Amino acid sequence: MAEKVLMKGNEALAAAAVRAGCRFYFGYPITPQTELAAYMSKVMPKVGGTFLQAESEISAINMLYGAAAAGARAMTSSSSPGISLKGEGISYMAGADLPGVIVNVERGGPGLGSIQPSQQDYWQATRAMGHGDFFMIVYAPNTVQEMADMVFTAFEKADEYLTPVMILADGLLGQMMEPVELPDEIGELPEKPWATNGHKNQREHNIANSLYLQSDELEAKLLERAKRYEAIVEKEQLSEGFMLEDAEIVLVAFGASSRIARSAVVKAREEGIKAGLLRPITLWPFPEKALAETLSTAKAYLSVEMNMGQMVDDVRLVVEGRAPVEHFGRTGGIIPTPDEVLCAIRSLNEKVGE
Amino acid sequence: MNERAHIPEALLDLPNVVVVCGHYGVGKTNFSLNLAYDLADAGRKVTLVDLDIVNPYFRSSDHAAALEGAGVELLCPQSAGTALDAPMLSVAIDSAIEHAQNAENTVCVIDAGGDDVGATALGRYAKAITAEPYAMLYVVNALREQTLEPQEAAALLPEMEFTSHLKATHVVNNTHLMDSTTPDVVARGVAFAREAADLLDLPLLCTAVPYAEAPGKPGVPTEGASKLEQTVNSGAVACENPYFVRILVKKPWDA
Repeated sequence: MAEKVLMKGNEALAAAAVRAGCRFYFGYPITPQTELAAYMSKVMPKVGGTFLQAESEISAINMLYGAAAAGARAMTSSSSPGISLKGEGISYMAGADLPGVIVNVERGGPGLGSIQPSQQDYWQATRAMGHGDFFMIVYAPNTVQEMADMVFTAFEKADEYLTPVMILADGLLGQMMEPVELPDEIGELPEKPWATNGHKNQREHNIANSLYLQSDELEAKLLERAKRYEAIVEKEQLSEGFMLEDAEIVLVAFGASSRIARSAVVKAREEGIKAGLLRPITLWPFPEKALAETLSTAKAYLSVEMNMGQMVDDVRLVVEGRAPVEHFGRTGGIIPTPDEVLCAIRSLNEKVGE
Repeated sequence: MNERAHIPEALLDLPNVVVVCGHYGVGKTNFSLNLAYDLADAGRKVTLVDLDIVNPYFRSSDHAAALEGAGVELLCPQSAGTALDAPMLSVAIDSAIEHAQNAENTVCVIDAGGDDVGATALGRYAKAITAEPYAMLYVVNALREQTLEPQEAAALLPEMEFTSHLKATHVVNNTHLMDSTTPDVVARGVAFAREAADLLDLPLLCTAVPYAEAPGKPGVPTEGASKLEQTVNSGAVACENPYFVRILVKKPWDA
């Protein structure tokens, strides 16, 4: 670990990727993630890597497909509308079992929406990034430090499970400045015997492809991939608990809204309300086990999101009707204030209190 | 409880047009806001120009209501605070510069966007600014990851001078680590800024030291900020013209 420096979230994502061995970045500018691309354009030439501003988001994701197929660690990034354009390519990557890291620094939607932060792409990231039965691991950091650390993890997990991995951030996390210790440069990268990097008549040729001419072969492939998904759900759930030991009102929040929810929990505790916070760090797999553990003390759940209510569905799937689950959110680029969240905690507490 | 020290004389003695430029994220906006408030406090009639047409986040325009309350006039791009990411500048900026040059006791502080790209918008006003003596403060921060060496910080200024058609007159040291700023961080920043200033053959105007206020208690420093202030004032950190600046650019959960 190096010493602490000051970085924007977007810069930390880029700097950590380079240190994780990423040598290919493809992107197309969009607010509020442009600093990531700008950083890559300055640093990639210095480390012998490639920064390529593609002609569109669609070409950028297909370049990621190509670089991943050839065995490189590669990244693309965008913000919500641009991520939608990448959906087709991400599905193709999942279909060809290709590892790659995709960063979404969310802004308000739908459509062009706004350039202010949002968390309106939760369903897209965890359920519907593209067509076909596929998932990708989704990390939701909430500090600049975690943004740097998560990029490292994202590349590792992508290679381990042969799947695209997403970092889901938002405009506020991308633009804000915090002290960060960048991870050390990675040493050895994993071997990739499946990579399409030239067989030199030494082995059978490798193919990166998502097309199956026989349906039973495709089904067999999907079943094999589902086993990997099962392993991910079993082993890769990450979350952080705050004041959960005796929590009656359990807030669930990720990313920027978890920082706000945490402030609101502290204020609620000062008023004698037993509030706590479960912060999902992986959105897929959703931290079901950690959330289920809160059921022993919880009287009600409040999902705090910068959207109209998306993750609240996953909370309900775990709680299964055993406690009321409500949503509080601001949307379209508005960030809730700690006091607004505190009001929501108070009214929920009144509703479920003795 | 001690009060925050007054703004250093050196900042009160600047010409009436003060341009603040620097690398992305060194803290130009937080410095400009403090300067605008403190000059107004010192009895000056202050106009703050938000000239950042590059980045729509964390900018002077976000502080419109508080600035108005303090009697500081804010001029910002017409699209500021909206989802429109368009480089439109107010026609009032020219007259604000001219007015500051001619009226007594009047200051125009111009908060430019980051790097040479952000400084480009200044070029539009170079003719008006250079008509009278002006100050252009080059803000440096020893802990920004892309400018950790004084040479790297010094290397960026000519690019900004080229696009702005202006010449920097002073270096401002704004080295900090937010809440984690220690006396060591301040000392390191002073050494860094001195070296950068020497390389650029410019005077080091002041060292901004964060003065964090306790949540919900304006004017009352946190324990850490109080200690930092005492250490700097005791002379334990060699630092000319310390300028204790409030942390005004905040995150929503710290507000």
